[in-house]
Amino acid sequence: MDGRRLDELRPIKLEVGILDKADGSAYIEHGRNKILAAVFGPREAHPKHIALADRAVVRCRYHMAPFSTDERKSPAPSRREQELSKVIRESLEPSIMSEYYPRSTIDLFIEVLQADAGTRCAGITAASLALADAGIPLRELVAGCAAGKIDGKVVLDLSDTEDKKGDADLPVAYMPKSNSIGLLQMDGSMTEEELKQALEMAVNACRTIYEMQRNALRQKYHIEREESTSEEIAEVKA
Amino acid sequence: MAEVIGNKLIVMPVKGAYIPRMDDIVLGRVTDIGMSGWQVDIYSPYPAMLPASETPMRGRDSARGDLRSIYGVGDLMIAQVIAFDRTRDPLLTTKGRGLGKVTSGRVARINNTKIPRIIGKKGSMITMLKKETGTDIIPGQNGVILVTGRNPDQELIAVEAIYMIEREAHTAGLTDRVKTMILERMKGITVGQ
Repeated sequence: MDGRRLDELRPIKLEVGILDKADGSAYIEHGRNKILAAVFGPREAHPKHIALADRAVVRCRYHMAPFSTDERKSPAPSRREQELSKVIRESLEPSIMSEYYPRSTIDLFIEVLQADAGTRCAGITAASLALADAGIPLRELVAGCAAGKIDGKVVLDLSDTEDKKGDADLPVAYMPKSNSIGLLQMDGSMTEEELKQALEMAVNACRTIYEMQRNALRQKYHIEREESTSEEIAEVKA
Repeated sequence: MAEVIGNKLIVMPVKGAYIPRMDDIVLGRVTDIGMSGWQVDIYSPYPAMLPASETPMRGRDSARGDLRSIYGVGDLMIAQVIAFDRTRDPLLTTKGRGLGKVTSGRVARINNTKIPRIIGKKGSMITMLKKETGTDIIPGQNGVILVTGRNPDQELIAVEAIYMIEREAHTAGLTDRVKTMILERMKGITVGQ
């Protein structure tokens, strides 16, 4: 549609730690999607009764800015946003070692500034980076990417127009190291064969995105890698 | 950033929330006064409690209702963690030498993971800081650092040096570079006796 191959991702740009007030933040440009993610915490749980005795509570708000779409979107949280907040949270929770911070909360905000299909996946990618930037212990980074079907052909990473013309859309969130899928949704219809093919495509794309995430983190903390003496490590441990 | 010793893997954190440990010296701010103690914000996911029994009495009976006269809301204090076990909020004490209300000085807030760097190997960094700036520096394990000096300029330089250390915590030969910076800035400041 926009000159990409069937299995080609849209161009992705990642930036880490761009907000001062948040404990961790990340920004992603995934094709024409522009999404900001911010993490606060672990912090004291408010209201107190939501706190869990054995781990931190993860809260997530996915929100689309009124100016993010073709027609003004009401800023009030829609049903769709509530659902996405929930699935995004659930796809990220397994990666967070929340047992290190019992009785606290980790708040996650995903703000879509410009939407062009695949915001939940891009949101997950950005949110996972923001969590890492906040210094929250993670098992690994989570990457998100969608695959779909247009004109009977399985294609990767649909843009908005492609999504609307297409027959199916399959967003996936994936953790490469543990080889596990944190999110799998589908709308439209595909045959079993096509589903397998699309899933494999999306998972492979997630691996690519995962590498980009790692590079983005390295870039922010590149000097950190240069030098650290064992004495300092011993002191930190002590 | 990471190191393997035997069967242990040690990762050096770059950032992270402050998790209280027993015997840590922390700096905190009073957020609330209750019947029998104070609620203290120690910049951690967990709010700390300072029971009235853990303040030096100063000859006064710690009768209820009089807590306000010891620490008011917003007061900054140096305290020590006496108990914390992840199921209960941390308990503080201000009984002890050097603990209690902060009445003067300047505060720098950095990430708590960088505190060991401020102290340095066997205290080398902090000794240098104190000596070269002529200030007294109390590093709270929660990342809040109190600097007290004879004049504000000295304090400012020390605070500036602390932020420099936080920014460049991961580089080698930092102590020397910080020293040069301080000496440079100390020129033109007349230090009172």
